[in-house]
Amino acid sequence: MATLFGSGIKRREDPRLITGRATYTDDVKLPGLLHAAVLRSTYAHAKLGKVDVTKAKKAPGVVAVFTGADVKDKLNTVPCAWNVPNCDLKVPPHPLLAIDRVRYVGDGVALVVAESRAAARDALDLIDVDYDALDVVVDPEKATQKGAPELHPEVPGNVAFTWKVAGGDAAKAFAEAPVTVEQRIVQNRLLPTAMEPRAACASYNPGTGQLTLWITSQNPHIHRFLLSVMTKLPEHRIRVIAPEVGGGFGSKIPGYADEALVSFASMQLGRPVKWTEDRSENYKATIHGRDHVEYVAMCGTKDGQITGLRTKVYAGLGGYASTAAPGIPTILHGLMYSGPYTIPNIEGTIYGVYTTTTPVDAYRGAGRPEATFLLERMIDLYARKIGMDPVDVRRKNLIPKDKFPYTVATGITYDSGNYQGALDKALQMFDYKKFRAEQAKARKAGRYLGVGVTTYCEICGLGPSQVAGAVGFGGGLYDSAIVRVYPTGVVRAYIGGKPHGQGEETTFAQIVADEFGIPVENVEVVAGDTEATPQGWGTYGSRTTAVCGSAVKVAAQRVKDKAKKIAAHLLEASEADLEWQDGKFAVKGSPDKGKTFGELALMANVAWNLPPGVEPGLEATAFFDPSNFVYPFGTHICTVDVDPETGEVKILRYIAVDDCGPQINPMIVDGQVHGGVIQGLGEALQEMVVYDEDGQLLTGTMMDYAVPKASQMPKVETAHTVTPSPVNPLGVKGVGETGTIASVPTLVNAVCDALAPLGVSHIDKPLTPARVWAAIQQARAGGGGGGGAK
Amino acid sequence: MQGELQPLGRRAYSTSMTGTCSITLDVNGVTRTAEVEPRDLLVYVLRDQLDLTGTHVGCDTSQCGACTVHMDGRAVKSCTVLALQAEGHAITTIEGLKRDGGLHPLQQAFWEKHGLQCGFCTPGMIMTAADLLATNPKPTEAEIRHALAGNLCRCTGYQNIVAAIQAAAAAR
Repeated sequence: MATLFGSGIKRREDPRLITGRATYTDDVKLPGLLHAAVLRSTYAHAKLGKVDVTKAKKAPGVVAVFTGADVKDKLNTVPCAWNVPNCDLKVPPHPLLAIDRVRYVGDGVALVVAESRAAARDALDLIDVDYDALDVVVDPEKATQKGAPELHPEVPGNVAFTWKVAGGDAAKAFAEAPVTVEQRIVQNRLLPTAMEPRAACASYNPGTGQLTLWITSQNPHIHRFLLSVMTKLPEHRIRVIAPEVGGGFGSKIPGYADEALVSFASMQLGRPVKWTEDRSENYKATIHGRDHVEYVAMCGTKDGQITGLRTKVYAGLGGYASTAAPGIPTILHGLMYSGPYTIPNIEGTIYGVYTTTTPVDAYRGAGRPEATFLLERMIDLYARKIGMDPVDVRRKNLIPKDKFPYTVATGITYDSGNYQGALDKALQMFDYKKFRAEQAKARKAGRYLGVGVTTYCEICGLGPSQVAGAVGFGGGLYDSAIVRVYPTGVVRAYIGGKPHGQGEETTFAQIVADEFGIPVENVEVVAGDTEATPQGWGTYGSRTTAVCGSAVKVAAQRVKDKAKKIAAHLLEASEADLEWQDGKFAVKGSPDKGKTFGELALMANVAWNLPPGVEPGLEATAFFDPSNFVYPFGTHICTVDVDPETGEVKILRYIAVDDCGPQINPMIVDGQVHGGVIQGLGEALQEMVVYDEDGQLLTGTMMDYAVPKASQMPKVETAHTVTPSPVNPLGVKGVGETGTIASVPTLVNAVCDALAPLGVSHIDKPLTPARVWAAIQQARAGGGGGGGAK
Repeated sequence: MQGELQPLGRRAYSTSMTGTCSITLDVNGVTRTAEVEPRDLLVYVLRDQLDLTGTHVGCDTSQCGACTVHMDGRAVKSCTVLALQAEGHAITTIEGLKRDGGLHPLQQAFWEKHGLQCGFCTPGMIMTAADLLATNPKPTEAEIRHALAGNLCRCTGYQNIVAAIQAAAAAR
């Protein structure tokens, strides 16, 4: 039988999704359902006075109104679950509803529960709140300066942590290097914008003491734990169901106050309560991404050998430390400063900074896009300064393919790689020399063409649990699967991950079907319900296929091992004499007298004739904990045509060569790359959160925040190289975030390359026409664009 | 592809004591009635009263298009249509989009071309694409991308959505 591994079969998820038959959280309806709405602060920073809910409580349809004072003694605060060590981390309490102060526009002030969605919303307008405005600060660098308003009394200077990474001797490298380039880089704050807003529907049964919560979650087991902490209900009385989830991009990882509040309301009122945010609420109350101000320096020789990298980063955290926030700009960012290169001396200082803004947490790529961007941007500046082609500089510094596993200066060890192979493949698809010739010709004609080439690697497949513990992550990072075979030979796999668009109901079925030699239709993959699935850690950090998929593989192998014992017994042969062929176990040399998987499934489940000591049933559970992270890599190339009169950037070609090891379903892999690249191009070209000087969110609706549209985005040409990882039985690496990681510097470097003749060396993203035009004007006036290389 | 709003239906409205009134509309070929407030949006009546949850709400400013349905055969954003305006009109939602009792060619093409990931935008995408192909049976890639200006997708990068619409057009 041909293997399904490697086959781009259609997705099993799709029939329900294309016919409108899927159930997302807001689709859940229960008898007696009440609806909740949250009153959110309209001030970025203020002392909270009286919250008068008298009128709201009397409004038609209103059942209850809760304020911070009502819940503070009954519920715990919102936990931060990534306590990064050795950085003096300060995590002030984050009340579920504000008590004496609000710290961002969107901070929860009161919860209204009513008979209808509209009644709950209407009643919000009847709540009178006394705010006493305080000074605000939205920029993470300015928030650390003397005289900046302080958010938390226990965090002087707003610095939540100071984390350092060091390897080699950066001071010496910079002192001795003949060439140094420096650049201030702003990593624009972004809105994750999963198309499905967050929602939570809680149903508490006072008779059983059990709470069931439907929630938009990437990680239902983590949400069960966090909900237990916030509500004080024991974990075994909580069932979390993440039904269909409409995208996440990191924004559905954290624990939020909202799900604890609706759970509390359901417990108080004895009726189910549902809350669904609208988009403008999502933009202020759901986490944001990125938000760094970085000072970066790179040094090297005159012939292109990079000898050192130094950074000082102000990472905005928003008003409170969200669930994973401290780990994003540190572990997932600073440790990746070597990228795919042999940079011997690295030194970074990261300040995590509280600002009067929406909390910032993991957003697709989470720390690695920022690391890749600063590294790739600096390499282009360095190449320009020494007059060397940026592709040649990259090639000169790539880790050689025979050096893996390779330990970089930041101390982490890359599993496997062939970076030159991916670069070579990309350059086969794109005639670089020819483009350079066209570019030179175009420049003479007054046209500004540019090319950006990124060679990247990233850390994902999170990860070994022992490392998770060592870096302060408040949980394990193994994952799990139960593979259960029914008497008729059909199979269900219950998994600890929670796919929300990535297609693992299909790819994991491919793994199981291959193992048992059965049609893929005979396998169902179940995720999202903590009542059915084993403890897992969720879907983020491009980990689900590498970690949870490996658990599926191991569990299936265990099932097959048991089936083999039964086959040997039934065939009166020794196990050693059996071989697996064409979907059955048979004695070597007698292939026609075998036992099919279906026959063995039936016998195991009816248990009429089992070998001595073998229990009935045919299922196995596996918890897979990888020995290392995985490090996918690749080369992306983008060409652009920049209009110097308008600043408009037109993308001519976009090529993505990615290596995620062997691909279970190439169609799905390409889909991940397409989406990731376009999301990154959104960051590079048009997406940016804007707060005004009062901390008001100016990009507070989809009218104001520029989510990429079909007509604005190019086609992505994809190709792959295949370098297996040694750290999991599938050999696979993640591919969910590579596109977002690689595409941002690729586009920005292409635009800066196009404008090099005008003297533009750097423009802070997003490269809107206005910014590009301004940089051109500034360069023409002798200013080097948005701040040039020194 | 949002057409001009149709004039209100023929019947005069009688508002009850509770400020609601009854409307009758054709939904997926079935006559349905609903008790609505004048401010109720069509999308919430479809979802909450008529149990057709395939039509989604992804924004509150008429940008995302997840709520796209057909009204008298033309794509409209049901978050921007008052339920009262649908009185007497024929509404088709994703649940009603079929061809010969099976999948509509666009549904089939989205499946085959991997034109969806999380699926949340998909019903609206398909309804918009159906309107496009009804008025422009052989659109160019640029025309398809332009026609999707009012439908946002965060997962696919649009590439396979465009491919799916092209495939459905070619299969006609």
